[in-house]
Amino acid sequence: MAIFIQQLINGLTLGSIYGLIAIGYTMVFGIIGMVNFAHGDVFMVSAFVALLLFMIFTTLLNWALVPALLVVLVLAMAITGLWNWTIERTAYRPLRGSFRLAPLISAIGMSILLSNLIQVIQGPRNKPVPPMFTQVIPIYEENGYVAGIGYKQIVIMVVTAVLLALFWYLVQKTPLGRAQRACEQDQKMAALLGIDVDRTISLTFVMGAALAAVAGVMYIMYYGVVNFADGFVPGVKAFTAAVLGGIGSLPGAVIGGLLIGLIETMWSAYFSIDYKDVAAFSLLAITLVFLPTGLLGRPEVEKV
Amino acid sequence: MSTEMSAPSSPFPLVKSLKQAGFVGMVMFGLCVPIVAFRAEQNMNNQLVLQSRWWLTLVFCVLAMIGSFLFSLYTHQKSNKAHSSAPSTVTKALSALAPRLTPLGFACVIAYPLVMLAINGPGGSIKWIDNFGIQILIYVMLGWGLNIVVGLAGLLDLGYVAFYAVGAYAYALIATKVIPDTFPELGFWSFWICLPISGLLAALWGIILGFPVLRLRGDYLAIVTLAFGEIIRLVLINWVDFSNGYAGLTSIPRPSFFGIPFNASEEGFAAVFDLEFSPIYRTIFLYYVILALSLLTAFVTIRLRRLPIGRAWEALREDEIACRSLGINTTITKLTAFAIGAGFGGFAGCFFAARQGFISPESFVFLESAQILAIVVLGGMGSLFGVVVASIALVGGIEILRELDFLKQVFGEAFDPSQYRMLIFGFAMVLMMLWKPRGLIAHREPSIVYKEKKSIGSDMVQEGHG
Repeated sequence: MAIFIQQLINGLTLGSIYGLIAIGYTMVFGIIGMVNFAHGDVFMVSAFVALLLFMIFTTLLNWALVPALLVVLVLAMAITGLWNWTIERTAYRPLRGSFRLAPLISAIGMSILLSNLIQVIQGPRNKPVPPMFTQVIPIYEENGYVAGIGYKQIVIMVVTAVLLALFWYLVQKTPLGRAQRACEQDQKMAALLGIDVDRTISLTFVMGAALAAVAGVMYIMYYGVVNFADGFVPGVKAFTAAVLGGIGSLPGAVIGGLLIGLIETMWSAYFSIDYKDVAAFSLLAITLVFLPTGLLGRPEVEKV
Repeated sequence: MSTEMSAPSSPFPLVKSLKQAGFVGMVMFGLCVPIVAFRAEQNMNNQLVLQSRWWLTLVFCVLAMIGSFLFSLYTHQKSNKAHSSAPSTVTKALSALAPRLTPLGFACVIAYPLVMLAINGPGGSIKWIDNFGIQILIYVMLGWGLNIVVGLAGLLDLGYVAFYAVGAYAYALIATKVIPDTFPELGFWSFWICLPISGLLAALWGIILGFPVLRLRGDYLAIVTLAFGEIIRLVLINWVDFSNGYAGLTSIPRPSFFGIPFNASEEGFAAVFDLEFSPIYRTIFLYYVILALSLLTAFVTIRLRRLPIGRAWEALREDEIACRSLGINTTITKLTAFAIGAGFGGFAGCFFAARQGFISPESFVFLESAQILAIVVLGGMGSLFGVVVASIALVGGIEILRELDFLKQVFGEAFDPSQYRMLIFGFAMVLMMLWKPRGLIAHREPSIVYKEKKSIGSDMVQEGHG
């Protein structure tokens, strides 16, 4: 039981990170119907940005940990947003309206470009940061095994929840969110009604990247290490989460992320840690085959 | 990047371009902070320390500004020329040359190893025949195989490398484990016996993996095939008893020339034909084997396009619903495309195992699938000649990047050009898509002709949502 509770907490933490990345996929897919293949690598770039900013503030400027992390979070969101804005502007926008495979190939190229760019400019080795928030609150004890929740796990879950509430408000209640949902339904009609479609799509990419940056900061905080190749697998898992929750649906992406996180940690704990990625990928295939619209997705109606 | 139509000889908008260059420079600066401006390196105590590199950031920003300015200059020049929607000269030239180049191309391809041998001698030509010739031909074959799935049937497959892996592991396991350990009475199974078995096994896997995903369309299909490709690779890594995990399989038997092995022994190829022993003969032989296999793929593809099944594929690519209402069995049609494409991937994998003599899961990563798909799309979906051009450009380009040792003299000994290979590859993939989203050969030979042949611009061809 104690192990189960511990895995539940670990799974929810991991799931929060996946959920944050998944929102980027689901928003972009919702608005332009494209799988942004480079999103996992954008997440990896954001983790590097966070790492370097964290180093700058703590070692060069000697800030305390908590204010440094807050500033790092905001700055990383802004810089990653700029990265994704640039990527959209240069690699995807010129191909909009072109044939369907072109943006996908461009995104795959962008994914290769980003991971290798980081490899070249930051080196191929793992980058460790000193551990932070190492305290653990014990919550359940059984036969000498203590299940506990770490401070950083609390931080991750709270930050995720707060930011999700914020973005939920942004999408549901503000003019920008209305414009996004309008573009999702019908870009031409939205343009006729005076919505700047290009700007809305750009902002969608920026928002997705900002949430990926939150995930990147959390990743650095949680694992304490990042590598240039760390974008691909979390990216595919987050995409799985987006599909599982129903692509195009924000709450679906979060629920999907939490589910994937839970399944992964439970699988590692009770079955085989070697096959945890196989479990996630199989789940993706099974979901798409048996439940193509996901948990909260709208069924796609095909018009002839 | 103005989109408005300018008058035939409008003056160059210098101020606007400079402003834009300044803006691009600022964006570049924003991107570079902190990821280029600082580098985190571990010191002796395993702690990260920062090194600042502002000069590099400056170089990046200046390069971006110059690039932006040149781009405005280029678009201005282009908009001053007559606006025509006709395909560009490169496309036209390639499309027009394609039929005429075929016999010439054949001659070149067949003569290539012998010419190389004559120029560089037995020692120097191995690199050129193996790294360039065989490597490019493997990708041509994989590209032609995937072309059946993506280009003809319109099914986007991001996990094609799985079938390549199945073929390679099938040959390696049959030849080194299954037959010697389980059925020793069957003797030694050579490359030529295992080749069709590998192809059939890969085709079987194509059906197994294809069957559940047939209902999916477009990007979803792409992601599921990607997932399958990764699952197969992860199983190969983790199921050590079966595939020996990361360590891979070694001492895979090499193909022989009608029973004559390529070694230095008395019965070896060199001794039988009274030649001085050299590994080059094996390389040349392998070159012709993969050439024959690729030509087989091309031949089958060309013939299949004229059969009802090939026409069904192309119809399926254009419009699945119309196909279904005309009574085409879409399940069978898709499965055959998957199986045949996978089968050729299996042949290529079997050849790959025989050429390397060693395989490990590292050879079958997602990047390979992406590269093969990039070759097919860049070649212009469905064009056999385009695949050849794209493989030479992408694979040959990557191999040439290995040869840039002279750059060390420019940038110093610490400069390693090969680490930039994949960076340049990704960059080239994006640029080529921006430059030619429809691929290099953007025209298709019509499969059925009424009275006279007209070529179809692929802009006219709606690609399917399969």
